[in-house]
Amino acid sequence: MVENRRFGNLIPHLVLSLGVAVVAFPVYLALIGSTHDAATIANGQMPLWPGGNGIETYRRALTESGMAGAPVGLMLLNSTITALAIALGKIFISLLSAYALIYFRFPFRQTAFWAIFVTLMLPVEVRIYPTYKVAADLSLLDTYAGLALPLIASATATLLFRQFFLTVPNELVEASRIDGAGPVRFFLDTLLPLSRTTMAALFVIQFLYGWNQYLWPLLVTTRDDMQTVVIGLRKMTSITDQLTEWQIVMATAVLAMVPPVVVVFAMQKLFVRGLVETEK
Amino acid sequence: MAGLALDQLRKTYSGGVEAVRGVSLDVPDGAFCVLVGPSGCGKSTVLRMIAGLETVTSGAITIGGRTVNTVEPADRDIAMVFQNYALYPHMRVYDNLAYGLRNRGTPKPEIETRVREAARLLGLEAMLTRYPRQLSGGQRQRVAMGRAIVRKPQVFLFDEPLSNLDAKLRVQMRVEIRRLQRQLGVTTVYVTHDQVEAMTMADRLVVMNGGQIEQVGTPIEIYRRPATRYVATFMGSPPMNILPAEAVAGGVRIDGTVIPVAGIAPGTPVEAGIRPEDLRLAADGLAFRVAFVEELGATRLLHGPLAGTDVAVQVPAGSAPQEGDTVRLAIDAGALHLFDPATGRRLAQG
Repeated sequence: MVENRRFGNLIPHLVLSLGVAVVAFPVYLALIGSTHDAATIANGQMPLWPGGNGIETYRRALTESGMAGAPVGLMLLNSTITALAIALGKIFISLLSAYALIYFRFPFRQTAFWAIFVTLMLPVEVRIYPTYKVAADLSLLDTYAGLALPLIASATATLLFRQFFLTVPNELVEASRIDGAGPVRFFLDTLLPLSRTTMAALFVIQFLYGWNQYLWPLLVTTRDDMQTVVIGLRKMTSITDQLTEWQIVMATAVLAMVPPVVVVFAMQKLFVRGLVETEK
Repeated sequence: MAGLALDQLRKTYSGGVEAVRGVSLDVPDGAFCVLVGPSGCGKSTVLRMIAGLETVTSGAITIGGRTVNTVEPADRDIAMVFQNYALYPHMRVYDNLAYGLRNRGTPKPEIETRVREAARLLGLEAMLTRYPRQLSGGQRQRVAMGRAIVRKPQVFLFDEPLSNLDAKLRVQMRVEIRRLQRQLGVTTVYVTHDQVEAMTMADRLVVMNGGQIEQVGTPIEIYRRPATRYVATFMGSPPMNILPAEAVAGGVRIDGTVIPVAGIAPGTPVEAGIRPEDLRLAADGLAFRVAFVEELGATRLLHGPLAGTDVAVQVPAGSAPQEGDTVRLAIDAGALHLFDPATGRRLAQG
């Protein structure tokens, strides 16, 4: 039995290690690439060991508005603001709409639910022309509001909160009523603290979703100083009238990975709990 | 402190289901009133209407002389203990107790005093900084009671508060709830389906069935003089035996034996109820073949057919009859309960 189990452990470890290697190797290459100078990468032989040009590359990437027309620092800021606005906005709106759906009886409640449900079938890519028209008419082009607002409306988050609210025992609502807590009090004092882990899980998912947006920011931003880092990165790789400085591109890619990684690591515990555990 | 009165209380759900069909009840100040009945008899609905968690279809609820039909639960001056306790899982015990008081704007020092007092009363002093998930079932139950006590309400409402506890703890908490209620003197309505709880705790016992009250009385009155066949068979364990009988001149004939009962006109349709402990082994009487025996330690239960139905007879431990034996049973006229087979009502006996 013991041998058997040891062997059983070995195989999954091998497979997982292989998987990690496959995923991690390009990241490693980007990291290495960002420490060499342009000539080393340009001659076609990608080194596997760090070079000595790292500090200079990152300084230039963060501060100089080179190939993308804006420094990476600014683009990171744009991305962070957009992703935060999308994640927090989604959580806020979804919490309120799910609260209304579960705890209040009003005419056309089911209709409202289904209307929200149906929007699952209409992601930004599908409704991109009308959405662009609306954003343009409201002069939201090249603004943070324009970057975030159209992506905030979210059926997934509403449904997730709805599912969670359904597991909250009804007696808790009744106990709150007897304890003199009105709808707002109940929401703030009981429902919100209980939703903490669900909110954390959603925050992680939605932050990454917002961070990785490509098509919408591409349309809605024209000014270089408003573009997100994903757009900037794409722009750098396809400039036509000068040499692509690959070490800067690599550095930008590495920098673009940092905030999502930080978010995932910081929220990891809550995130996992939010996905697997329903608190009693 | 104040009494509670229900007047012709009705509840019809939107689907047309009549859960409560005209319940009138007076609970005097400081009384411990237990509503007992099978599931679906409307007892919980009555309690929830008193709490204000269900709307009233018609009738009136009066607490301390004030009609509260449309008053918000928080303003009814009641406190409720739920079956699953309904503690706030994210709050410490202290905050669970204090929450209701904070919402009503009670001054902080006063909250502190009341919470400490309730905690002392319930032996929760050491648990105040814990979360509900760190407590045992019995302790959670205490916290739930503490939450009711700190509010110093006019009426306590209990909705099957002991059903989630194991048997030993249930007995212990039963005594404790009763002691606390006596000590605090708060009018209490307690809902249970457990007839032992009902018998042991109630000052005033209300037996409900099908959305209506079958009988109100002290536990002993209800045990000794059940008003209907339903009450007779519901209260008491093992339940009362109901035998087909015939009213004849000079008494009631059961299985060929006439038991002298006065005041029953011959020919009246009648059913005879007799509790298992009122059937005595005797030298002479009804023949009863023991089909099987349940040994309960202090007593023994003999099961077998009598007058065409299955009957239980309670006899002392160490008595002789074994499975397969045929014994003779005597019935005292005083122990006989007569019911109208059509309506189930108790028939007046002389």
